[in-house]
Amino acid sequence: MEIDPFIFRFSIFILSIFVGYYVVWSVTPSLHTPLMSVTNAISSVIIVGAIIAALASSSSDIFGTSNIFGFLAIVLAAVNIFGGFLVTQRMLQMYKKKKKDKK
Amino acid sequence: MISANLSAIFYLISGILFILALRGLSSPETSRQGNFFGILGMIIAITVTFLTVGNFSTATIYVLLFLVVGGAIGAFIAFKIPMTAMPELVAGFHSLVGLAAVFVAISAFLNPQAFNLGLPGNIKFASLIEMSIGAAVGAITFSGSIIAFLKLRGIMSGSPIIFKGQHFLNLILGILIVILIYFLCTTQSDSFFWNMIVISFLIGVLLIIPIGGADMPVVISMLNSYSGWAAAGIGFTLENTALIITGALVGSSGAILSYIMCKGMNRSFFSVILGGFGGDSNADTGKKKDQKPVKSGNAEDAAFLLKNASSVIIVPGYGMAVAQAQHALREMVDSLKKNDIKVSYAVHPVAGRMPGHMNVLLAEANVPYDEVFELDEINNDFANTDVAFVIGANDVTNPVAKTDPQSPIYGMPVLDVEKCKSILFVKRSLSPGYAGVDNELFYRDNTMMLFADAKKMTEDIVKNI
Repeated sequence: MEIDPFIFRFSIFILSIFVGYYVVWSVTPSLHTPLMSVTNAISSVIIVGAIIAALASSSSDIFGTSNIFGFLAIVLAAVNIFGGFLVTQRMLQMYKKKKKDKK
Repeated sequence: MISANLSAIFYLISGILFILALRGLSSPETSRQGNFFGILGMIIAITVTFLTVGNFSTATIYVLLFLVVGGAIGAFIAFKIPMTAMPELVAGFHSLVGLAAVFVAISAFLNPQAFNLGLPGNIKFASLIEMSIGAAVGAITFSGSIIAFLKLRGIMSGSPIIFKGQHFLNLILGILIVILIYFLCTTQSDSFFWNMIVISFLIGVLLIIPIGGADMPVVISMLNSYSGWAAAGIGFTLENTALIITGALVGSSGAILSYIMCKGMNRSFFSVILGGFGGDSNADTGKKKDQKPVKSGNAEDAAFLLKNASSVIIVPGYGMAVAQAQHALREMVDSLKKNDIKVSYAVHPVAGRMPGHMNVLLAEANVPYDEVFELDEINNDFANTDVAFVIGANDVTNPVAKTDPQSPIYGMPVLDVEKCKSILFVKRSLSPGYAGVDNELFYRDNTMMLFADAKKMTEDIVKNI
């Protein structure tokens, strides 16, 4: 009997939850805000679906209803990707060690 | 055009890069590298998607155009946003992820061929369930985050909005969604799909309005988690490993952060969700307030105390951020250090409006992160410290949490400020904090209250040192 591919994806999902659990507990509490902004950015990988939707060419014109929803989702996800990664970068730049020469 | 197998491998790689991105945050030194991994993972995922779809046409140009437009808006926001507004920003970003999930689910529903899900009106059973869950959770994330955003921004009052039968209504609506998904799967009729999305938007609003301002750190973390589950739901629909992995990571990350925040306030997750706690703390605790004597001082007294100390612990709270006093505070600490006084910072898990918010605010003021300590790292040091300088914090220092089982904050982990030889409390008035509880510390013999705006007081102290 063959196993439904869904089961494989489900296995990946469950294992990833465990990976996430252990990885996130190892994040130092002082970086919890960057953690939130970076998770925000990476969850926007949903843009993958948006691109597929926008480029779908079943209808003759490129602005069919489903394509338009794809384009809108691209804009939303892009705001998040750039905004999320850049603001994380900005925050992380501020975390500096004690300077050796005391002012 | 690349094969489906090859692109699956690449999606796996970007999923792993996202794991490494989070892993990098285990210490500030590796964090920047982690962020780079995240960006790399995203670039790989987007590029592979273009190559997999493969038909480069005018539509591709529009896609790139929209990508650039969105990216420019995002970059603009990222550079302009002040660090005090991080909670609002994150809430706003969550709403975008949620709405994007809804939109992707809608396009998958309208044009299932593009995603290999079957034909319109004859979509695969499992895919329908997956996209419904993705759309429902996405819609809840969207409207919930909008409410959280409005509350954090102060556009909407932080006080909880409660009406009779609220939780019962939520329950009914939740059950209704399940029923609608069931009928959607059996009939394939699109009206069920639209109704389900509308009701999900409604639930998002209803879930967040009863939650008060004080619980916002939990709410943001919770919505973070939801946005992850929404992404994972869509990931199943699209059969995309990168999305499934990311969704699971983000989902568990948000869940853990909510747990940490709840623990920091000693509140059960369930009671936060039921809401009604903290808002405009008008709770009448004034009855006993005026009877007790309070020692108050001015900047000179404070400077004298600080100068003669050999060790000082700073306890910052959100009030400091509101007063924008972090830079003045750093100056004060610099001049103390010049006098060979040992200074460290004690940060409570719920100082600030979101997990880790206070650390970011201190980092922005150029406070080195190795001088900033978490509650359990520093709590034993208070006993050997001369002066505790509490600025803009209140409830997190209240010893009542350890002594009075009747108190609403009993059991909440607090900083043992009272063990210091002397305590300086910068505060505008004696008013209670978010929890509406009078702080016993104000009336201790070794406490000196400094009634003033946090920024002004700190600047005055600097002048006097």
